[in-house]
Amino acid sequence: MSVTNRGLAVGIRALTRFAGMDVIDRLGLRKPSERVLRRATATGFRTAGAAGRTFRATQKLASARRQAPETASKAKGLFDLTPTDDQQMLQEAAREFAAAEIRPAAEAADRADATPAELLDAAAELGIASLGVPEELGGIVEERSAVTATLIAEALAHGDLGIAVAALAPGAVSTAIGLWGDADQQATYLPEFVGDEPPVAALTIQEPTALFDPFALGTVARRQGDGWTLDGVKSLVPRVADAELFVVAARIEPQNGSGPRTGLFIVESRTDGVTTSPDPAMGLRAASTGRLHLDGVRLPASALLADGDDDVYRDAIALGRIGWAALAAGTTKAVLDYVIPYVNEREAFGEPISHRQAVAFTVSDIAIEAEGLRLVTYRAASRADRGASFRREAALARRLTADKGMWIGSQGVQLLGGHGYVKDHPVERWYRDLRAAGILEGTLLV
Amino acid sequence: MINLENPKKFQGLVNMTRQVSEQMFRPISRKYDRAEHVYPKELDGLRAVLEGMNEGDPGGGVSASGGRGNKVKEGNVNGGNVSTVLSVAEACWGDTSFVLTMPGQGLGNAAIAAVADDEQLARFGDKWASMAITEPHFGSDSAAVQTTAILDEEAGEYVLNGTKIFVTSGERCDVVVVWASVDPSKGRAAIKSFIVPRDNPGLELVRLEHKLGIRGSDTAQFALTDCRIPKENLLGSPEVDAKKSFAGVMQTFDNTRPMVAAMAVGVAKASLERTFELFREAGVEVDYDRPAHLQTGAVAELLRLESDFEAFRLLTLEAAWMADNRKPNSVNASMAKAKAGRGATEIALKCVELVGPLGYSEDELLEKWARDAKILDIFEGTQQIQLLIIARNLLGKSSAELK
Repeated sequence: MSVTNRGLAVGIRALTRFAGMDVIDRLGLRKPSERVLRRATATGFRTAGAAGRTFRATQKLASARRQAPETASKAKGLFDLTPTDDQQMLQEAAREFAAAEIRPAAEAADRADATPAELLDAAAELGIASLGVPEELGGIVEERSAVTATLIAEALAHGDLGIAVAALAPGAVSTAIGLWGDADQQATYLPEFVGDEPPVAALTIQEPTALFDPFALGTVARRQGDGWTLDGVKSLVPRVADAELFVVAARIEPQNGSGPRTGLFIVESRTDGVTTSPDPAMGLRAASTGRLHLDGVRLPASALLADGDDDVYRDAIALGRIGWAALAAGTTKAVLDYVIPYVNEREAFGEPISHRQAVAFTVSDIAIEAEGLRLVTYRAASRADRGASFRREAALARRLTADKGMWIGSQGVQLLGGHGYVKDHPVERWYRDLRAAGILEGTLLV
Repeated sequence: MINLENPKKFQGLVNMTRQVSEQMFRPISRKYDRAEHVYPKELDGLRAVLEGMNEGDPGGGVSASGGRGNKVKEGNVNGGNVSTVLSVAEACWGDTSFVLTMPGQGLGNAAIAAVADDEQLARFGDKWASMAITEPHFGSDSAAVQTTAILDEEAGEYVLNGTKIFVTSGERCDVVVVWASVDPSKGRAAIKSFIVPRDNPGLELVRLEHKLGIRGSDTAQFALTDCRIPKENLLGSPEVDAKKSFAGVMQTFDNTRPMVAAMAVGVAKASLERTFELFREAGVEVDYDRPAHLQTGAVAELLRLESDFEAFRLLTLEAAWMADNRKPNSVNASMAKAKAGRGATEIALKCVELVGPLGYSEDELLEKWARDAKILDIFEGTQQIQLLIIARNLLGKSSAELK
């Protein structure tokens, strides 16, 4: 992956702007917006999708543009855990941003059910919503790299998982269109993501049903004339009330003997039949999750990505799981970094509790499982970059995210005891957020 | 740039090891599990093959004795440590006990390679060397050595007295590297290692252990009674230096922990692969796309085990890769050993459970692997010792603070 001058400029501009500024002053608790009030007082109240802009192709593309496949890692075929120089630069920027901006804002954002707009704008300026946009369309990176996206997601989630989801959600849509959109879809939507005001957007898979299966969706797309009609409900969609653009997964009704398949549809929030409602959950509060309701939503034929190719959908699911695993890798490391000083400082029976094996061994196990999760996640992402199969590896990363990620979240609270259970410390938030990481589908795309 | 695939340059070595595992180890695996204490003479034929393999790749090869140091090179290095964990895993996929009793590749050989002087290398470099550390009254606490080695200045000999247990390949080896104290009043700094030829009249083989698993590898108890060896057989410096000495002998373990983790990778891989095969024959397939809990309980469990396997396999590679690149890896080596030791045991046991009565019977090797795996969570530092090493390091605690 090579970052163009523009990308460098954007990243450095953002960093310079933040350096030395007073975090509280600049980001301070946003006044509860109308939406937040609505969320708190009238759960279930439905509103129309965000008014949103008009997406219009401003240039004609002869063919779809794709980022070049990542090539550097194919060179020698050696085992290596060192990111490229460009990746390190982006990773470093994301880490600094997470430490200086995200972590200090996390508690308030969790309580407010929203991430301050200024913080999300600043995150967007880092270029994270346009990593998947081909260079010809204004993107900042030449090569497609799931590893780069993984490193950034991990770094942001070390600050806060919920805010990371809010910040990364639009990038899932631009990456999907960058990877699978045709020339018209790309020309219509992608330039907006590299503009001054990139749209809020979300890729939505999951639905509020027990034993949810992403390969047996309740949301249905029916052929109607030239276009499609969508019906269904999507749940836990980040920033749903503000989103102008969605990529929605729907089961395509079989016709003319074609087998069952699932398609990804581009849906603009202004479309008739699109409504949203709050869907507050155990965690991810900073991502302002909500439901997306689709009632007889008419879409043009051009709304379907990749012609409903089933492999594309399966890849999308796997890339989403790698994204969640990356978030879990960042948050579990945050747990480790938080409990180490705590157990060294906290005293019981006349000495630091870290002098007890029951406590110390738990710290060791957190370190072991967090590192294992990180490595398995990296492997899945690096295989995607190399054009190798990666769905099995993504499944393994997801299993670890659900099992070990949650275990670490739980141990983080346990080590702090009663203090871990109250909001003076972030571990209770991480406990709630880590439960999401092993469950949610889509939403992110590395 | 980040890449976690097995390096291509070692693919030939891995393939060759796989051949040995498939064609030599597996066919005789059950035979020597049943005939405990009988030397697997088929391994003699392998000695030549192994030496050839190790010559082709001086840093690696199939052995339990650990990787050797690399020359300093620029950039990313995949060297002897990475190649050794790969080939050890592949060989233990075949049979762990044979890897432990590989002719000429004992744990003592690692100690000799690490600290022997030129003269000692010339005398003992081609000997099969076992390692005698543990005594009846201690295991993990290696500083508690009571065996003594008293210098008889006139004769120019050390006189060794004591009892050693759990000596792998003790009966089959040419020499035994014995840990003993040159001055019991001086504590751990006085612990040195000595090369004792197997035919020394003062070295008596007391018995061979009957074990839960790894029965193809013999485990000996020795009595040292006024066992006299030339003073030139002391490995390393004879000085009693409180700062350096014990740390020096313990360093051997830094290299061997990833190797034991690699053994666990091999056993776990064998168990998982066979269980997948048997599931397939029974008509049960794993779907990696569908959520695990929407598939059968057996598949969901297998996916959980496989993900755990993937985690410790990569932790093992990471620890070896760090050693190759001269990054301090003490914590990572312990993380790999801890996770792989307990993970392989759990996986091998769970595979027996998932396959059911067939998995428990001697028709399959699954039950053997479940017995073999347990030692990997014990020797070269138990699970608990590894967790101690990691915790002391992360928390910045001394052994006096965190006991």
